[in-house]
Amino acid sequence: MKRIKEVAIEKTLLVSALVTIAVTLGIILVLSIEAFNFFRVVPLTDFITDTQWTPLFTEKHFGILPLLSGTLLTSFIAIAFAVPVGLSISIYISEYAPKSFRKTIKPALELLAAVPTVVYGFFALTVVTPFLQTFIPGLSGFNSLSAGLVMGIMIIPFISSLSEDALHAVPNSLREASYGMGSTRLQTAFKVLVPAASSGIIVSIILAVSRAIGETMIVAIAAGQQPRLTLDPTVPVETITAYIVQVSLGDVGHGTLEYQTIFAAGITLFIFTFLLNTLSYRLRKKFAEKYE
Amino acid sequence: MKKVIITGAMAFIVFACGNNKKETDSSAISIDGSSTVYPVTEAMAEEFRNEDPNVNVTIGVSGTGGGFKKFGRGEVDIANASRPIKEEEIAIAKENNITYVGLEVAYDGLAVVVHPDNDWVTCFTVEELKKIWEPGAQGTIKTWNQVNPDWPNEEILLFGPGVASGTFDYFTEAIVGKSGSSRGDFTASEDDNVLVQGVSGSKYGLGFFGLAYFEENKDKLKLVGVDGGEGCILPSLETVKNSTYAPLSRPLYIYINSSSLKNPKVIDFVNFYLEQAPTLLEDVGYFPLSVEEYKAQKAKFDDFVKSNN
Repeated sequence: MKRIKEVAIEKTLLVSALVTIAVTLGIILVLSIEAFNFFRVVPLTDFITDTQWTPLFTEKHFGILPLLSGTLLTSFIAIAFAVPVGLSISIYISEYAPKSFRKTIKPALELLAAVPTVVYGFFALTVVTPFLQTFIPGLSGFNSLSAGLVMGIMIIPFISSLSEDALHAVPNSLREASYGMGSTRLQTAFKVLVPAASSGIIVSIILAVSRAIGETMIVAIAAGQQPRLTLDPTVPVETITAYIVQVSLGDVGHGTLEYQTIFAAGITLFIFTFLLNTLSYRLRKKFAEKYE
Repeated sequence: MKKVIITGAMAFIVFACGNNKKETDSSAISIDGSSTVYPVTEAMAEEFRNEDPNVNVTIGVSGTGGGFKKFGRGEVDIANASRPIKEEEIAIAKENNITYVGLEVAYDGLAVVVHPDNDWVTCFTVEELKKIWEPGAQGTIKTWNQVNPDWPNEEILLFGPGVASGTFDYFTEAIVGKSGSSRGDFTASEDDNVLVQGVSGSKYGLGFFGLAYFEENKDKLKLVGVDGGEGCILPSLETVKNSTYAPLSRPLYIYINSSSLKNPKVIDFVNFYLEQAPTLLEDVGYFPLSVEEYKAQKAKFDDFVKSNN
């Protein structure tokens, strides 16, 4: 009897595992089929090299570069903001803060991740942008800077929390050895602990990048909806995700080329996040046992 | 087994259709015509259905010309039109012994707006607007001083309705000359709030949308006049109504076939239309006529109903 129960539980678990794989495969399949139809009409070289993206207009151009540059620009701003801040927080909490403080501040920080992203989007549009405009004249109402910064705030908990776990997990023997050699707290933190926890920190950053690239609402609301190939953070841009939202909400007919563009854009996005996730998995595996 | 199912399904379909047909005969209202008037009539029809769920209103979008073609042959009860009926269309209706009445139901105006700090533009000529928005401008007309050398050498940030909107069709038709023909490198959104946010947040911004929407946001934006050849005209209730704000304004009409008045639902619907227009029009972004004008249109319609009884 017990044996049967055991088998039943085992199979149930297996099925739930298979469901996630099936869903992933299904998504890849749908993306590929629609994207394949798209690439039968639009050559891949146009898609990669054209510098304009105007599939809905009279002069049709299908260059993914403006959307990609928008995505990478906002993500870069977010990461450039979140990594130093998140890392400082994690070092402070792990090495300097009293234990009781750590207990309260950590859940509070993780609360940042629980704020709905649409709220972040409006925060960026109605608070951060006007604030930035007071000392950056010429900053457009929609811009990648404000969207990127707010996205940075959103991903801080990813970095601070995971990095803190990694720092916390560094064996105490290393700390003691460092202090024994006469290092200060600061030297210990940056020269010993951060390198020792580097794998965890890098993985946390990669996860945060992955999150930033896929983020939709903040950029759709605050970064504008104008695909343009630029590295200027003060003008409106459009990200891949924002474009997909824009087209999905519009009246574009199913099965048309315009409709298929969102799958081509989607598969590009998927490739990027997939590569990042693979990279983080590899890194975790590579550095995992270094100090244990 | 399969056969039984198929036969059953067919029987059901035939039965369902037959049932439908019966309903359409008694109380259906068929409408066709302009895509610009469509949102207004559609909103009216939806509200009307709430009051009278048995009415089946079908609204086609063949354009004003296409609508009048069907109307002149007596195929539809009501024609949506964004211009008055033309001589040749009147002639066709006469040939087919169709008498009708045309009613003004709304005004449609487009506002061209810039940032309140913009002190160099008070008026655009149609040519200037065309230069900015035509497809050839894509990637080439990027700064204000490319349009007019007196304007600043700063990038124009453009905001406009999305390609699926009637406003986009209307603007491109009036300015560029061909409906739907426009540059593609601007911030396009079906959500007017996004456009207001965009222009009000960018000193070098420029955008356009329904005039009704500007009225709600006039403290954040600056309205620009348009010179259609007869000097600079700012859009307002007045200039939109008397058509001096050209080419970005026009009255909208519905035309009703006299023989359709046999269907009492048609009379109800038109009366409902004229009564509800002032409140419903705001929601769909158009300008209502004045109360007196609606009264006049209503009187015109009442006379028409009487004379055909």
